Amino acid sequence: MKKGVMRPGHIQLRVLDMEEALKHYRDLIGLIEVERDPQGRVYLKGWTEVDKFSVVLREADEPGMDFVSYKVLDNETLNKLHQELIEYGCNTEEIPAGELNGCGRRIRFDSPTGHMFEIFAEKEQTGKWGVSNVNPEAWPRGLKGMKATRFDHCLLYGNNIAGTIDLFQKILGFDLAEQVLDDEGTRIAGFLSVSMKAHDVAFIEHPEPGKFHHASFFLNTWEDVLRAADLISMEDVSLDIGPTRHGLTHGKTIYFFDPSGNRSEVFCEGDYHYPDHEPVTWTTEELGKAIFYHDRVLNDRFLTVLT
Amino acid sequence: MNQITTKFQIQVINQDQEFFCSSDNSLLVGMERFNSGCIDVGCRGGGCGVCKIKVIEGEFTSKRMSKAHISEEDLEQGIVLACRIFPASDMKIEAELTQLPRVAND
Ligand code: FES
Ligand SMILES: [Fe+2]
Repeated sequence: MKKGVMRPGHIQLRVLDMEEALKHYRDLIGLIEVERDPQGRVYLKGWTEVDKFSVVLREADEPGMDFVSYKVLDNETLNKLHQELIEYGCNTEEIPAGELNGCGRRIRFDSPTGHMFEIFAEKEQTGKWGVSNVNPEAWPRGLKGMKATRFDHCLLYGNNIAGTIDLFQKILGFDLAEQVLDDEGTRIAGFLSVSMKAHDVAFIEHPEPGKFHHASFFLNTWEDVLRAADLISMEDVSLDIGPTRHGLTHGKTIYFFDPSGNRSEVFCEGDYHYPDHEPVTWTTEELGKAIFYHDRVLNDRFLTVLT
Repeated sequence: MNQITTKFQIQVINQDQEFFCSSDNSLLVGMERFNSGCIDVGCRGGGCGVCKIKVIEGEFTSKRMSKAHISEEDLEQGIVLACRIFPASDMKIEAELTQLPRVAND
């Protein structure tokens, strides 16, 4: 059931070296650098995103994800969901407006998998980058690298994904779009959607809590994914795997690492989801194909390398 | 024209293997370019910890490594991430291949 959560709003990632990270997220992936705050955090966004930013980079001595944040319809929804999160048993914290430049009050909460999440209702809308909202041209000139259009989703690893998936379904109104079930019928992966997208967030069961697998950015075409692969080679960037296709969601994809070891994905296409759709199920027997549809073998690096 | 770079000899003493690596490649990338499989390859960015090795002998420069995987005590004992150190002399190292099974399609 829809609870007023609209979409992924922003993700804050830790990097070991800010200037190297900017070469990756800004110059290679092609996100727009929006601004820097007094703490030294850098704000970026994909050019099609109307809100001011969707990626925040923070320099730290340990890479990984600080939190990922979802935008809700309005303040009334924010207050209502805050109450429900407390009743559900989450520890919540109110982050005042302006702690992230241009972002309104955020409610931060913990989860059974050990990840920190947030919801918020207001963020400065600066509009799509480089195109007007009236009689807009097809795309802006001056985009860099892979020309990523938006921050799309992230994949998180942790123990007790059943708990976090329950929280996202019951309180935040996400639907389970796809899943992987093991031989006993236990869910070892869940792909959740709060929109028509194949996934807005995904979880994979893993013994260590709070781990980050990848942040993903949307491209329009397979040709764009191949061009991204060319850039990865030209710039001698650490490649994980691809270009290839997933069985899960059927997206066409390539994975690579930022200079601090956080995994990035750019992808195009894939399935869609409506609330009345039954979840699509993959079995562990076909897990190789579920993850990489062409290779059809399990790739240990992809499954175990995390930040 | 690229400058001519010296290649240093890197001996992996506990595996009886060696490879050659220039000072502008990390040990991990040097090992990959040599088509050797004696160190596990993960993110190549100092974040995931799978390329942990022990330096027994030799000089190197290093870049920042995730504190989640390399502590101050580790550093004192020569335990480092191969993807974040660059040889400045011939080196002797130890590497365990236990942390990550070989990637089948590598
Ligand atoms: S390969 Fe990930 S830390 Fe070296
Ligand atoms: Fe993804």
